[in-house]
Amino acid sequence: MLPNLMQSLSSDVSMGMAQAAGAVILCLAVVLICRWFAVHVERETALSLLRGLVQMVFVGIVLALLLHRNALVGMLILLAMSFAAAVTASRRAQGLKDALLLCFYAIAAGAGVVIAGMLATGALKPDIAILVPVGSMIIANAMNACAQSIERFNADVTAHVGQIEAGLALGAEPAVTVAPYVQSAVYASLLPRLDMLKSLGLVWIPGVMAGMMVSGASPIYAGIYQFILVAMILAASGIAGLLVTVFIRKRAFSPAAQLTLRPGERHNPMVASGNTQ
Amino acid sequence: MSHSTPIKSAPVIECAEYAPEEADRRPTDWAAQAIAVETKNLSRAVVDKILVRDISVQVQKGEVLAVAGPSGAGKSSFLRLLNRLDEATGGTVLLNGEDYRAIAPRELRRRVGMVMQMAYLFPGTVAANIAFGPLQRHETMSQQAIEALLDRVALPGYHDRDVSTLSGGEAQRVSLARTLANSPEVLLLDEPTSALDEASARGIEELVLGIIRERQMTCVIVTHNMQQAARIADRTMYLEAGKLVAIVPTNGVSHAA
Repeated sequence: MLPNLMQSLSSDVSMGMAQAAGAVILCLAVVLICRWFAVHVERETALSLLRGLVQMVFVGIVLALLLHRNALVGMLILLAMSFAAAVTASRRAQGLKDALLLCFYAIAAGAGVVIAGMLATGALKPDIAILVPVGSMIIANAMNACAQSIERFNADVTAHVGQIEAGLALGAEPAVTVAPYVQSAVYASLLPRLDMLKSLGLVWIPGVMAGMMVSGASPIYAGIYQFILVAMILAASGIAGLLVTVFIRKRAFSPAAQLTLRPGERHNPMVASGNTQ
Repeated sequence: MSHSTPIKSAPVIECAEYAPEEADRRPTDWAAQAIAVETKNLSRAVVDKILVRDISVQVQKGEVLAVAGPSGAGKSSFLRLLNRLDEATGGTVLLNGEDYRAIAPRELRRRVGMVMQMAYLFPGTVAANIAFGPLQRHETMSQQAIEALLDRVALPGYHDRDVSTLSGGEAQRVSLARTLANSPEVLLLDEPTSALDEASARGIEELVLGIIRERQMTCVIVTHNMQQAARIADRTMYLEAGKLVAIVPTNGVSHAA
């Protein structure tokens, strides 16, 4: 294992670090230009660059160590990534009970269904070197879809409290009163992924395709595979966005069908628990 | 149902000169009537504030009770507890003697209808708005029933009008008709005329009074306007800092104001 790792840390790594230094210099130049326009992002950029580099080197080392391990290890890594994604997505739902758990369920379900489907059809090989990078792309997009759904749903509901309560006051089911906001939340989460699919090949040629071509795969197959991947990202995002919206829709109302997701009242434990018999 | 509909603020509603006569008033011996709504030590507190504090009051069948008081006194908070749009943190409400927590919230809200300060109409036609409540119980309102309600709120021929074309006063009439379509036993009115100009406000007021008299409805109306309370209500309860400080026959409040 160690010799393999040392092999990975050979001349390729040195060259990669030199190239990374070039990329950092270019970013720092942009930061200086920004500073000239009184846009101060020096500290944030420096931290982000450092953090990004350390994280990617760490991931590279982990992958190098686990490269020939069982696919089950890869699954566990993806599960851990799903949890980390849920932590990030749940920050958009502060104050909502069980937000972390709900986001985890949604992301794990969205990414899990898609990865399982890809493994079953052979579109994805149970090899850690492929499974983890491809899986992480799917998880990251499911996370973004989750966060976008939550943010949109929260914004729409808190902006339409009167209309929702008018529906409740007429005896409507809570789900009926927020149906338009569920639709717009799921749509908002899918829109970037739909745009990504539409612009595929025209505006951008994604990294996986480029990587496959570099490693000698047929460009046509690489293109088709990239399409499959982006389509699967769309599917995972759709599942995650829909599930998390349905989960938080339920949490937006008390058991007595009262809207609790209202500006200033979300954190009120008395409202959430109610005075039910 | 979809996103909010803007409500115009310059309504023009013509209405006849309105002056309720003394003969129009009903008996004032409310203690002798059956109790429609009773609150028992009703309270609601949020994190750092008590909105409604230990209110016990009885509203008799067919009575119109005004809830008055300064801004922030808890008038609307009290009203919202009556149809359980908000949860009481203490006490309860009895509807015809039955604890309202034993009634399913959706059925409770059908029986205790509410007209809000703003109309909050759903995008679409006037007819779709009026049919909304019964549709939630899988009941389809006939065209005739919708037209009859529109006639009653003085909006004949508005059946197919898009709600975005309505004035503020017209929207509030549709909101009233929409609530009445559920055939409620009790009508809650949360300052239904406060967002309207004087002419429209008088038109709505006259309309509401006519309907509750003709249907013998029990009504609780929140108002900051003492003259309006005097014109509409049989009794007025006065709130201050969420607490009931007085409940008197309307004439008494009228003098006090």
